[in-house]
Amino acid sequence: MSDPVTGSMLWMRNIGMVFSGVRVLEAVNLDVRAGEVHVLAGENGAGKSTLMKILCGVYTPTEGSVELDGKTVKFRSPRQATDHGVRMIHQELSLVPALNAVDNAFLGQELSRAGWVRRAAEEVRLKGWLTRLGVDVDLRRPVEEYPVSVQQMIEVAKALTFDARILIMDEPTSALNRPEVEQLFAVVSDLKAHGCGVVYITHKMEEIYRIADRITVLRDGKYVGTARAAELRQDELVKWMVGREVKEHFTQRTAHAGDEVLRVQRLSVADPTGRQAWRVRNVSFALKKGEVVGLAGLEGAGNHEVMEALFDTTSGRVKGAVWLEGKELNRRQPRMSIREGLAYLTSDRKGKGLVLDMSITRNTTLASLKRFSPWLVLRNRAETEAARRHGKAFRTRYATLEQPVKELSGGNQQKVVLAKWLETRPKVLLLDEPTRGVDVGAKREIYELIDRWTAEGIGIVLITSEMPELLALADRILVMHRGEVTAVMKRGEATQERVLAAAMGQGDEA
Amino acid sequence: MKKRIMAILLEPVFRAFLALLLMVVIGLVFNAHGAFFKSGTHLDMLRENSRYAILACGMTLVIVAGGIDLAVGSVLGMTAVCFALFTIHWGWPPLIASVACAGIGLATGLVSGALAGQFRIQPFIATLAMMVFARGLAKSISGGEKISTSIHQADGSFKFGTLPPVFEQLSGRVWNDTIPVVLLVLLVTALVCWVLLSRLRWGRYLYAIGGNEEAARLSGIPIMGSKLLAYGLCGLLAAVAGICHAADEQQGDPEAGMGYELTAIAMVVIGGTSLSGGRGSIPLTLLGALTIGYLDKILSLNNVETAYRLMLTGLIIVCAVLFQRAKR
Repeated sequence: MSDPVTGSMLWMRNIGMVFSGVRVLEAVNLDVRAGEVHVLAGENGAGKSTLMKILCGVYTPTEGSVELDGKTVKFRSPRQATDHGVRMIHQELSLVPALNAVDNAFLGQELSRAGWVRRAAEEVRLKGWLTRLGVDVDLRRPVEEYPVSVQQMIEVAKALTFDARILIMDEPTSALNRPEVEQLFAVVSDLKAHGCGVVYITHKMEEIYRIADRITVLRDGKYVGTARAAELRQDELVKWMVGREVKEHFTQRTAHAGDEVLRVQRLSVADPTGRQAWRVRNVSFALKKGEVVGLAGLEGAGNHEVMEALFDTTSGRVKGAVWLEGKELNRRQPRMSIREGLAYLTSDRKGKGLVLDMSITRNTTLASLKRFSPWLVLRNRAETEAARRHGKAFRTRYATLEQPVKELSGGNQQKVVLAKWLETRPKVLLLDEPTRGVDVGAKREIYELIDRWTAEGIGIVLITSEMPELLALADRILVMHRGEVTAVMKRGEATQERVLAAAMGQGDEA
Repeated sequence: MKKRIMAILLEPVFRAFLALLLMVVIGLVFNAHGAFFKSGTHLDMLRENSRYAILACGMTLVIVAGGIDLAVGSVLGMTAVCFALFTIHWGWPPLIASVACAGIGLATGLVSGALAGQFRIQPFIATLAMMVFARGLAKSISGGEKISTSIHQADGSFKFGTLPPVFEQLSGRVWNDTIPVVLLVLLVTALVCWVLLSRLRWGRYLYAIGGNEEAARLSGIPIMGSKLLAYGLCGLLAAVAGICHAADEQQGDPEAGMGYELTAIAMVVIGGTSLSGGRGSIPLTLLGALTIGYLDKILSLNNVETAYRLMLTGLIIVCAVLFQRAKR
């Protein structure tokens, strides 16, 4: 579908990929011109990451060819790709936590003379890029001491230190805050001006139209098409991605809030790093049955800490009171919280949500095993039954229920975690980034599920970094800034601008 | 159909079985003038390796939960000393002595579990400390000597006690002098551990903790209790093996069980269980135990020198693990 333009410095033609008999890519084309941002779009499992891993030498394609400047190249390792000027910024952080920024940036490709590392030269080079990205870090401290967003920026700087001609960015903003995203975009347009070609993967619609020159869409490992961003309407793009018409992005829930189910009074959480006394100060709110309360805030606002402290107080000092259906929950440990009717979906699906080696069934019943083993003996059939029931209700896509969850796509993994928490029959669901790393179709399904749960009387506390999602789902929004609630807005009152202003500390009705 | 066959071929149990089969074929080829064809050879092999396999079953519980227990060899030595002391010197009834030894083994395991679970000392280090400590305790209890029927008197003379019949019974055989008693002990042990790991709630807890401890904790799984269970049972089984060991040697040797923990770990690993936790099973461990048992038997039948036996064993461990890991 793309016209055979001259001037493209990279061509990937008819790329096919087969993993152990399973076809994941079929006849995919992609060309990148100098000085353009080419967005690669598609649902999770569409094959975007596989295609990019082929481009940067992690995989060797089963079929097809890669041409760089008109010459066919075959990258057998990421190192070879790097030598040809192809760099990738991975979706998941690939920094070594205990090493400092410089050692990380030049890992395996240290600037050296006669075997001695030229640290000063490395520092100068990295510092230059970090400054352009607007990041201020102590180059001698281990990167693990910095928040994820800063680590992500170090990751970006790492890719830039080796003058990349083709830069691949796989969801680089998923861990960034707004100001950092702006900085990143500024650097991207800078790179464009210098003739660098950027391949950009993202799930965020507004980002696509913000920076894309052209868009290529993949679906189920197949090439759907390429178009100029200006000529591809948003609804058209969604149609390309999901292969069906998606009418509106969000359902409007009819409010049917009932009795109060959760009450939080003057909740304060101590700062684990000790830089300040309290990470969260005096947060109070009440949640009714069937209501969705959103906790908004930029990185470091403390909203994640509030949610964690409602469920689990084992890791730090927490003040204040929490009542669930009139019963005060004092020492909150996951086991007791679950028993009382709380469920906590963490934002770190792989690290804290799933046991990746375990099957779908076993993950589904993990938090409610007591019910499946009244006399200590597990009732496997009941477990399978529960997993099948949730799989059906959530429309989870899987081969068999005995499949390890690590083989599922992000969206389907998320459904398994949600199923696990639903199986505990909660009264209140705490959802931290329920749609992170989830494709468009699955996102919509999760919204529908949230609607269904509220209709059943479950109260929901929600954190999401996607503003439109927050505005559409939350009945009430508590906006936090530096550990305190700066504004409370009802549905209808809240707009993106007002929430953002309050989150940046300019509360107009705190 | 083809897919299903592939799936079976990729099953760890199948691979472990294949490794064992390979070992048996080697035995059939290098049969040492027909010695390998005699049933006595196989029963001897089982008798000699049952103690290791008992340790390996306990080790499987700990490794599945993402830990390791280096103390089992020392605990075996210590409980062997205690059992000999209780029965020969003090004249306790065998049942009470056994229960006391099992209690001692359980206690060492619980301490290891508490160190690893509550105090967050890495299992390798916590159990290394327990290994050294238990060995010291064994030597202090026995006064550095083997506890046997010749009892050292205060005036320097020896008094000869009688060996309680339980020693003969435990190290003997049943059913027309064929099946070793210790093999029966192993089978009961394996059955208990298998039921725990694959059928009971607490077994599932161990897999979850080994697979992702934080996810398990947030899912309300009792981390501390599960670890105490795994290490405690591992220590208890070390005591069971220690009692069998004392019966076999007819004495309590404070040096007994040196390096047994490594054999037990090797059996678990050859079965295809990874040391990173969350995977593995008792059937796998038993297959691994048989593989190592046959390897040792075949080498000794063919009069291979100890030096070469050790080197070959090392090589075969590496090959078996690589084979287990090979994909498709």
